[in-house]
Amino acid sequence: MRNPIQNRYDFVLLFDVKDGNPNGDPDAGNLPRIDPETGHGLVTDVCLKRKVRNYVQLEKGGAVAFDIFVKERAILNNLIDEAHEQDIVKSKEKGDKTEAARQFMCGKYYDVRTFGAVMSTGKNAGQVRGPVQFTFARSVDQIVPLEHSITRMAVATEAEAEKQQGDNRTMGRKFTVPYALYCCHGFISAPLAAQTGFSEDDLNLFWQAVINMFEHDRSAARGLMSSRKLFVFKHENKMGNAPAHKLFDLIDIQRAEGSTGPARSFKDYVVKVGAAPDGVTLLEKL
Amino acid sequence: MNGNGKRSALFRLKVWGRNACFTRPEMKVERVSYDVMTPSAARGVLEAILWKPAIRWLVERIDVLAPIRWESVRRNEVGSVMSPRSNGIFIEDQRQQRAGLFLRDVAYTIHARLELTAKAGAEDNLTKFQEMFLRRAEKGQCFHRPYLGCREFAADFTLIRQEEPLPEPIGISRDLGWMLYDIQHDNRADKNHVHCCTESCRPSFFRAELSNGVLLVPSPGDGEVRQ
Repeated sequence: MRNPIQNRYDFVLLFDVKDGNPNGDPDAGNLPRIDPETGHGLVTDVCLKRKVRNYVQLEKGGAVAFDIFVKERAILNNLIDEAHEQDIVKSKEKGDKTEAARQFMCGKYYDVRTFGAVMSTGKNAGQVRGPVQFTFARSVDQIVPLEHSITRMAVATEAEAEKQQGDNRTMGRKFTVPYALYCCHGFISAPLAAQTGFSEDDLNLFWQAVINMFEHDRSAARGLMSSRKLFVFKHENKMGNAPAHKLFDLIDIQRAEGSTGPARSFKDYVVKVGAAPDGVTLLEKL
Repeated sequence: MNGNGKRSALFRLKVWGRNACFTRPEMKVERVSYDVMTPSAARGVLEAILWKPAIRWLVERIDVLAPIRWESVRRNEVGSVMSPRSNGIFIEDQRQQRAGLFLRDVAYTIHARLELTAKAGAEDNLTKFQEMFLRRAEKGQCFHRPYLGCREFAADFTLIRQEEPLPEPIGISRDLGWMLYDIQHDNRADKNHVHCCTESCRPSFFRAELSNGVLLVPSPGDGEVRQ
């Protein structure tokens, strides 16, 4: 185990999207996720965790101790099967196998160490609870998803071409949010970090990933997405020095003075931060 | 399992969050939540704040403070567990789209006591753990962030002191049917406080009745709890 982190952290990430779809809803034909009762947009926890994994894979290239277990095919940098026999696990007594396997997995894979994992070690799934906990991100204001019809000057099959007598055009649909600012709350537990060996280096890599994750996730669907603000509340104490909800309440997001109508850029918002209580340091990472 | 059967004073903790999913065991693939927090989820929230092998939490009552409302979310999930022998999972090969029927904007008051277990040493006593819990809950301290059924549904919590009035539960009465009471864990194989379920871990159920927003929870040894 390397030196695990010694502080509790609660963080607030503000990110925005311009003319893109931050997170499609499979239940609604890939429309941007929306909370039907409030009209606010949603981005799921797993969507953000995927981006952190992809960033770390890109940044570290599967380096020792920074490999990613749950990979996305989009990043094919090194799929060389190491296929090494884990003597360290094999040699152990039956009762200690599970623990050895847990340690091995936490040591090798950044995402296991950070987010945890359900693992088939022992009789049935032994679990690793990771120190980092994301929640659903929600938009600050209501979002209005737009639907755009687009055309393609080609068809996929012969049959389609024949049907159109050689006109060869197809229509598609694309959904975007013209602009939205999303807010996500997250938590990092020092005691759980001690169990998985999540270290200060891992933590710095995590902040780096959260700040830069959209920079390497460009695509036709996403439009312009950026991390705008990352507020980190660092508690002196492992268990924390203040309730998380009181810290999150210190961050006040208002419409900028003189900005009217629907918000269309980050300039339409003003983010104010109150003073953190004793024992808590506010770090503005971005 | 009882240390000496002595129980602490009654603690009251208000917990709330944007979403919650207290998954019904019969609907675990596409998760569907119970209408109300289960005793086992309430225990999990308390243990996130304070737990030692020397104590165990006994949830006595759960007050529902917010109307029961629902929200459906479909996500991409991975359909397999990790194995140290594999070199990673390609999400495209293992992708499963699963919906979840979650609760939204929930708030509860958990009424619970703690008691000593057989693992309590000579230096352990109820007063010590009572004070520890009060200190932590007052300061908003926690071992890890408590959550409402699933870790993505983080919970905020605040202690309701003895002299403070209880928040008013909603005026809803409903038979909730059989509800998960808790999993009777077999902790013999635990290492470093990391629990792996074995075949001896068994669920138990009780007949849950919401009366004017209050769910009374039977004691573990009670005949009302069925294995």
